[in-house]
Amino acid sequence: MLLSQLAGCGRAQLQPAGPISAAEREILLDAVVIMLAIVVPTIVATIGVAWWYRGSNQRARRQPHFVYSGRIEIITWSIPALVIIFLGGIAWISSHDLDPAQPLPSKAAPVDVQVVSLDWKWLFIYPKLGIASVNRLVVPAGVPLHLKVTSASVWNVFWVPELGSMLYCMNGMAGTLYLEADHPGIYHGESAMISGDGFADMHFDTDALSQDQFDTWVASTRSAGPALDDPAYRELLQQSVPPHPYTYRSVRPGLFSDIVMQRLPPGYGPTGEVPNVHPVGLQ
Amino acid sequence: MTLLGKLTLQALPLQEPLALYSGFGVFAIVLAILAWVIIKGYGPYVWREWITSVDHKRIGVMYCILAFVMLLRGMADAIMMRAQQAMAYNAPGYLPPSHFDQVFSAHGTIMIFFVAMPFVIGLMNVIVPLQLGVRDVAFPTLNSVSFWLTAAGVLLVNLSLVVGEFDKTGWLPYPPLSELRYSPGVGVDYYCWSLQISGIGTLMTGINFVTTILKLRAPGMHYTRMPMFCWTALASNLLIVAAFPVLTATLAMLLLDRYVGFHFFTDTGGGNSMMFMNLIWAWGHPEVYILALPAFGIYSEVVSTFSNKPLFGYRSMIYATMAICIISFTVWLHHFFTMGAGADVNAIFGIASMIIAVPTGVKIFNWLFTMYGGHVRFTSPMLWSIGFIVTFAIGGMTGVLLAVPPADFQLHNSVFLVAHFHNVIIGAVIFGVFAGYVYWFPKAFGFTLDETLGKWAFWLWLIGFWVAWGPGYVVGLEGMTRRLQHYDVAEWRPWLIVAEWGVVIVLLGIAAQIAQIVVSVRTREQRRDVTGDPWDGRNLEWSTASPPPPFNFAVLPDVTDQEPYWDMKERAREMGHLTRPEPEYQPIHMPRNSATGFVTAFLAVVTGFALIWHIWWLVVLGLIGAYATFVVFAWRDHDEDLIPVEEVARLDRANRAARSAALQHRQLRREAETQREPRE
Repeated sequence: MLLSQLAGCGRAQLQPAGPISAAEREILLDAVVIMLAIVVPTIVATIGVAWWYRGSNQRARRQPHFVYSGRIEIITWSIPALVIIFLGGIAWISSHDLDPAQPLPSKAAPVDVQVVSLDWKWLFIYPKLGIASVNRLVVPAGVPLHLKVTSASVWNVFWVPELGSMLYCMNGMAGTLYLEADHPGIYHGESAMISGDGFADMHFDTDALSQDQFDTWVASTRSAGPALDDPAYRELLQQSVPPHPYTYRSVRPGLFSDIVMQRLPPGYGPTGEVPNVHPVGLQ
Repeated sequence: MTLLGKLTLQALPLQEPLALYSGFGVFAIVLAILAWVIIKGYGPYVWREWITSVDHKRIGVMYCILAFVMLLRGMADAIMMRAQQAMAYNAPGYLPPSHFDQVFSAHGTIMIFFVAMPFVIGLMNVIVPLQLGVRDVAFPTLNSVSFWLTAAGVLLVNLSLVVGEFDKTGWLPYPPLSELRYSPGVGVDYYCWSLQISGIGTLMTGINFVTTILKLRAPGMHYTRMPMFCWTALASNLLIVAAFPVLTATLAMLLLDRYVGFHFFTDTGGGNSMMFMNLIWAWGHPEVYILALPAFGIYSEVVSTFSNKPLFGYRSMIYATMAICIISFTVWLHHFFTMGAGADVNAIFGIASMIIAVPTGVKIFNWLFTMYGGHVRFTSPMLWSIGFIVTFAIGGMTGVLLAVPPADFQLHNSVFLVAHFHNVIIGAVIFGVFAGYVYWFPKAFGFTLDETLGKWAFWLWLIGFWVAWGPGYVVGLEGMTRRLQHYDVAEWRPWLIVAEWGVVIVLLGIAAQIAQIVVSVRTREQRRDVTGDPWDGRNLEWSTASPPPPFNFAVLPDVTDQEPYWDMKERAREMGHLTRPEPEYQPIHMPRNSATGFVTAFLAVVTGFALIWHIWWLVVLGLIGAYATFVVFAWRDHDEDLIPVEEVARLDRANRAARSAALQHRQLRREAETQREPRE
């Protein structure tokens, strides 16, 4: 645990563990450097000018009627404008390059994970593998992740800083997010949107394993643990913070799309009552 | 249905001693002040001269006092939050989530709506009519109603400390969390109704000031002769008029969802929770500029006065102000880049957001060139201004960074974002209103504030801010999200402990400001501003006495220049006497005091409280009472008081005598100086 913290959590966005977060760090640092080129001289000039023209400085040349200069006006408008044109270009290109819904180039086929935020836990469904995990996201390193993100209750934001882009989890909607872990490791994941009393506990470890280890994990998950059927899902809809991460050996088919299409009721909330809104799917 | 709706004894925080004691402590202090006022016999004075006053200067002062008191409340919340996060590493801390969530929600709500807004509006109230050279705002009684409705919102928010609970969903209550299913308590209702009530007051302020600035100006004051503070006030109030109805409508929809089962924002009922975020930021982003633009106006006044120079690039500043005013309506989507909108949408709104940095940058350069070639006096308003430029340059930079969508994908909702907006709200708005407060205090009260303590306050605030929020940027880059009641990431902890010390330093800054008031009031006789112009000012507010007479100007000034009062002083120095001979004084009609605002606000509190607790009969009574108050006001027979000509003459002659004396004093000093230091 301590080791994972030391290895995994220092300077999260600045110590990227995947191509998306690496590209985003690049943009972040580039933008800062470009802006510092104008911000630092401005700060120095402000302090310098104020100090030089202090009342007691005999050497300062006073120009009490210097109130307009076309040349200076042109410069004061063009410097920020040029910087913003430059940064705007970066913003335009990078928004398209790093669109969260854009697949990552890779020889390996992406691993599908369906992410469901609940009160107050994360459910990760592996639709092709037929298993699910609560509060622990296990992925193979070096393989793109194709995440579908939704919420079965209030809003949350899915965020693993070392892997990159965050995305809102919202009821009735499924967002698409591609991420990848370059190398094995444990990365801190969290919710970045207040979701009630248990919000601070909505963090999870993202375990990036080697392909072999991942296959072993899938096999062992399939062989043990409860099944995620409707009664089990009904349990998850209650507000609670699970003490430990755990897994489901099987998942009812179509669960994620039933959540997104609102064929299942949303989280019960603090009263614990089943919402009275056309729950078609849950018998 | 019971007589008291949902209200029972359980609404009192009998289980939470912290809330109970602080709530009753505040209650006791308020009672003690009231008792002191009544016992000392100040009651009639307070009622006549303040509570029922429709004088823009009095109303402005009351706005600023309200803001300062609420700053203390908001600071208490800040200290509680910082202490919790400093303690809660692998531990529950001392605030349970349900309490912690109320604290951060109340902190944000109070600091924006009941500190920054009233402080800005208060300074506009005191100064804009004086700078325009007029006797009052366009609708004086409406102005009083605006203030008292703001106070009503404040009262409701503070009532939630003791009766019930406050919002637990953040300072902007996003559904579905704020919907009835997930927030069944009264917290969101307290939030909504206090903002609905104070929001109506703010909207009326907007209408009032737009009308005042567009329609009431001294003869000769063209738009291109208006002081920069009036220009920024105009831009800010235009934004209020355009944006606040959006807030009111959005909260009304949320209330309809909560009270009568509508489905505007419930995803399960065919509504759309994203629409709330969309709408609230259509108000929320202009709101940032509603606060920042008047602060920019204050810096323009202060930098120009204390550099002994007119503002550099005046027209450029007007273009920049109005550009910000308009562009601020086209950027709101940058508050949710991470919602999964397409790349085109994100990029367009990102670039639009960055474009605001251009006029803002122009403003900074123009202040720089205002100082260039000037004669800079490092008074405390000037220190706040320079501290602002340095702090804001960095806050602006992190803002542009957040406007780059892929950078925002890694920074949104992190503590980095929180550090950014504290950087701009404290660095620009709060520093600005403090600069304005020290600068204009002698105008409002007739004596200057103690400079030594003022400078202490500045340095403590500046250092405290950076000690508190520098670490915020760091933990944000270490992946810490906002609003965490506890955490288990060891790297964050040292920074959060440092941040807590930062808040303590800021608190010392506030203590210095309180000491400054106490010391200055005690020594007010030595620090009287007899000339009405303590800083060698340039605009019309300095041409009248400090404090100004109720009518501001015995005869409306003739404006012939962009800096009317500086122009007058220059001509007077050349002529050797005042520019205008003593006028023929006329009696002056001034709007009559009215209790309308106070009574309406009292009834608004009653109605709001009844709505929160579902006490329907009281809602009906409150609304009938408010309507009756309006009818009584509308049918009044006397709406003006006459100030007799002798009184006008006496006050204006005193002002003229003080100006003449100052002029002669200055000339004698000049002569003495030229004799001592012969020109080279």
